[in-house]
Amino acid sequence: MDDKKIFEEMINILRPYAKKQELLATATPGTHILNDLKVNSARLVDVIIKCEDVYGISVDDDEADKIRTIGDAVRIIKQKLGLQ
Amino acid sequence: MKKRVVVTGMGVAAPNAHGLDNYEQALRGGVSGIRFIPQLQELNFGCQIAGVPENFDEIRSSYFDREKLLSINDNIGYASVSAVDAWKDAGFNLNGDDDDTVDWDTGVIAGSGIGGMDTIASVIVPMINEGRVRRLGSRVVEQVMSSGTSARISGLLGTGNKVTSNSSACSTGNEAIIDAMWRIRTGLAKRMVAGGSEGATPYIWGGFDAMRVLSRKFNENPAAGSRPLSASACGFVPGSGGAMLVLEELETALARGARIYAEILGGYVNCGGQRMGGSMTAPNPEGVKRCIRGAVADAGIDPAEVDAINGHLTATYADPHEVKNWAEALERNPGNFPYIQSTKSLIGHCLGGAGAVECVAVVLELYKGFLHPSINSEDVHAEIEKFASKIPQQCLEVPELKIIAKAGFGFGDVNSCLIFKKWEKNNTN
Repeated sequence: MDDKKIFEEMINILRPYAKKQELLATATPGTHILNDLKVNSARLVDVIIKCEDVYGISVDDDEADKIRTIGDAVRIIKQKLGLQ
Repeated sequence: MKKRVVVTGMGVAAPNAHGLDNYEQALRGGVSGIRFIPQLQELNFGCQIAGVPENFDEIRSSYFDREKLLSINDNIGYASVSAVDAWKDAGFNLNGDDDDTVDWDTGVIAGSGIGGMDTIASVIVPMINEGRVRRLGSRVVEQVMSSGTSARISGLLGTGNKVTSNSSACSTGNEAIIDAMWRIRTGLAKRMVAGGSEGATPYIWGGFDAMRVLSRKFNENPAAGSRPLSASACGFVPGSGGAMLVLEELETALARGARIYAEILGGYVNCGGQRMGGSMTAPNPEGVKRCIRGAVADAGIDPAEVDAINGHLTATYADPHEVKNWAEALERNPGNFPYIQSTKSLIGHCLGGAGAVECVAVVLELYKGFLHPSINSEDVHAEIEKFASKIPQQCLEVPELKIIAKAGFGFGDVNSCLIFKKWEKNNTN
């Protein structure tokens, strides 16, 4: 599973929560989840749960706190999947 | 000087209709929203019928985006759809999420009797018992907090005045409207979205079924199951749904050229203190009469001016007592008694939503000049048979209808009564 595939799945996961829907089409790994996509910070826990379900992984609280950008999320998912 | 309060918008999600036009048609046609609920049979309920708004998942999906839908249970959904409908009906637009405008002059009072029980029962309890508290995510608090409905509505409309949720059992919807009326009367708000709602779930209805206060004899004939005022009444039919009214200061409404449905002349709430025959579950007759008289006095009308009563009238043993209380409070006898009807005959008892859903019926009746039939009362209870001619069996066209009194009573011996008046242009005098 490559970065691109995980990135695309992250976009799907974020879709229900992003107030800036139009940005999803042009998002990059550097896109900030809260500041750019305007996801409500309270919903980050739902995003994490969804990631866990989709990839069958477990993300602990400290790791979750480090996720700021879509790229951060992709990196942690790859680590959990043993891909890097 | 107290401000006058008028109704300028309404929205309703009732068991027999969604939307004002559909609701009016259902009321006029005596259309029952009571249906057999297979789940209640599977769960061994004595009462296996209920009033639940139809196709509501589809309806709410057309109102809200995916993120909001994830956080909107039935209770909040009924309230939110009704609030959006009422807001638009009053002539206002919905702000987009990007619009930072706050309407500081408008508030929300939206209550429920039991609230987000479906979320508690279906999500919170099982997940926590399985040790999976972390899996609850971020969305359950806002669905089960007592103020969940008003909080959601405020976010949808951008209202910045008082935003709260009241709860007074089956008196909740009326109480919200009365509290909102006072907020405007005293000049603290120009506009209030007010009403109530209740979810549709066996977890709300089970307690009532166990109390044996629900209708159990009409599982084979649901539309005949809700029988207020009838000799064969055997308990209420649980209902669900919600309604919201936009209440507005008269001057503000006139200044913006709003369509005015009716004026709220007065309202009153009290409690019988669970004394003098009152209890947790039964009303103190003195409390009921004081409440009705209080509303009439607040409205500044003569009791003889009341043209019709939309009662609490649930189809329990209490209906004949309620009729007698009305007669004594209004000092009216069977000969000069107003018309009396029960909207619950059509939709069941929507608990915390009942008052609001039924107030929308009252306001439509005044605005359009009709009285809906109080169905399933063809065999009027023996104790009130002298009043039988005052109970509409068919839809009545009553263009001269001016004043309707609406009451609701709830567990805890709490009472509420509202006096609505048809709006006519010369009412401004």
